[in-house]
Amino acid sequence: MMKRQNAKVFTILALIVLSILVYLAQNKLDPYQIRILNLGAIYVTLGVSLNLIYGFTGQFSLGHAGFMAIGAYVTALLVLPPYYKEMIFILEPLAWPFTVIHAPFLIALLCSGLMAALAAFLIGLPVLRLKGDYLGIATLGFAEIIRVIANNLPHITNGALGIKGIPEFTNLWWTVGVAVVTIYIIKGLVHSSYGRALMAIRENEIAAEVIGINLTYHKVMSFTISAFFAGVAGGLFACLLTTIDPKAFMFIMTYNILIVLVLGGLGSITGTVIAAFLYNFLLEYLRPIEAGFQIGPIVFPAIPGLRMVTFSVVLLVLIIYKQSGLMGGFEFSWQAFFQFVNKLFTKKKPTEGSTS
Amino acid sequence: MSLSLLLQNIANGLSLGSLYALIAIGYTMVYGILRLINFAHGEIFMLAPYFLYFGFLIFHLPWWVSVVIAIALTSLTGMLTEKIAYRPLRDAPRVSVLISAIGVSFFLQNLAIVVFSGIPKSVHRPKFFTKIFQLGDIRIQSTLFASIGISIIVLSLLIYIVYRTKTGLAMRAISTDIETSRLMGIEVNKAISVTFIIGSALAAVGGILWSQRFPQLFPTMGMIPGLKAFIAAVVGGIGSIPGAMFGGFILGMSEILFVTFFPGSSGYRDAFVFLILILILLFKPDGILGKKVQEKV
Repeated sequence: MMKRQNAKVFTILALIVLSILVYLAQNKLDPYQIRILNLGAIYVTLGVSLNLIYGFTGQFSLGHAGFMAIGAYVTALLVLPPYYKEMIFILEPLAWPFTVIHAPFLIALLCSGLMAALAAFLIGLPVLRLKGDYLGIATLGFAEIIRVIANNLPHITNGALGIKGIPEFTNLWWTVGVAVVTIYIIKGLVHSSYGRALMAIRENEIAAEVIGINLTYHKVMSFTISAFFAGVAGGLFACLLTTIDPKAFMFIMTYNILIVLVLGGLGSITGTVIAAFLYNFLLEYLRPIEAGFQIGPIVFPAIPGLRMVTFSVVLLVLIIYKQSGLMGGFEFSWQAFFQFVNKLFTKKKPTEGSTS
Repeated sequence: MSLSLLLQNIANGLSLGSLYALIAIGYTMVYGILRLINFAHGEIFMLAPYFLYFGFLIFHLPWWVSVVIAIALTSLTGMLTEKIAYRPLRDAPRVSVLISAIGVSFFLQNLAIVVFSGIPKSVHRPKFFTKIFQLGDIRIQSTLFASIGISIIVLSLLIYIVYRTKTGLAMRAISTDIETSRLMGIEVNKAISVTFIIGSALAAVGGILWSQRFPQLFPTMGMIPGLKAFIAAVVGGIGSIPGAMFGGFILGMSEILFVTFFPGSSGYRDAFVFLILILILLFKPDGILGKKVQEKV
């Protein structure tokens, strides 16, 4: 048996290794590869936060794109210098508080998270009474309402034109850092008494209520925290793409996160992390398929759309053959890891023993 | 506002509502039987006018023949998606089937981009659909009557199939309890295939009528109507066929009337639709005509 102390030491060691890797990646890889890794890490944050409300609390929420949109707009409005904002808001002048406010990236991200959390709190109070698919479609509705509002408030969001020229603050230190903090906090939460209550709600709502768990309180808390991280991820997203408009936050965005979550295995943070990177690698490295290429004398013309066709076939095959996701409900722990390593190295012994 | 304008808009709302109703039925039937939100239904809807376009303009078939072929091909596609993507997952967690549906939706949409190209195409409109009737002050295009009339005929046919035939009985049995139906000797897979064929055929009719009303084709044209029709199904009470029709009409009507009465905020028309959805869910969580499900511990 491993002691808790040892696990902590290993975690710190792993974090040191991770930061060395991030340092190497940030300095050695080309911008395209860094961008893919950045997207992967943002999807980790998004996936893990959705995992909290759906995977652990069992509340089917499809509102993540909306919370991301809130986060993205708040960050964009806060980090852009006032004179620049005046320049790009050509449809209608920017509304008052945003014309003067200017904040560093970290503050902007926190504000993004808080605004998204506030929205989630207000939405969640009435809506989280709904169950199952009804909750899913209601939250999807709210996300779309947020998007429609963003489209129709030109003096705050610049309407359909979107906001361009957002400074590219996002780098691997930010994305990976936020992902690690998200995992740390949500893992901590899941393993606390709150987390047990959340899982009890997932397993059986009425039974949970009978043993004295306050349903509304726990559901709204889980929903709000989940939205907080979605908002932060939205902020990172804005400063990675440098341009945002309402169309980027259609319900397809939520589907992407849901795919990552289910592909990784519902309720498994490890699975989400693996699936998040796998998903983005797959999407990007399938690009050559539709770019058109030449093998000897045969020229294959560029066919737009072929990449997503291939991607959806891979997705379908994966989900049909791995019905409960890549990791199932499995979660990484140092203990399991060392047991696995031990097994690898002592493979021969049991077979020798069995012959005697 | 003049009375004639109001009447004109009510007619508009009815015709839009009838289209939503046609699409919503596919959602509600599939949900009733498989408890699956078939996210690919909007793409099925998009395929029909494309098939029609190719049958008529590329293969030079008569328009009515192309319509029949388009509906048949769309139904076939719907049936095949179920066979390939949903049937292997019948015992899987429900969310896996949902992801599979999203995968099918991506697949069909992008296949349409590959095969039909992403450039919007304009639709041929037979004279029958473009005639304009003058009733006093009101000018009504015959598309409007056609969509309402055809919807009513198709929906009556559907009600006959579901409530008066053996296949319909099997479908209703499965939606009540799939396991018991299997034990009773109902061929579950066959009935589910029929459900998908009927749902897709209705979506095809809806798609073709839609393309007569909004005569432009593009591969993502199914997304928003699909989503709204799904909302119509939920508003009416998902799983209930009369509910889906009713929900479709309510949604189409309120969308048009919202724009009529608040022309200044017509940008918020989609938000208004979602607001209706959320309000109805909050006050009547099972939809207007949905069955109340008692929860047990």
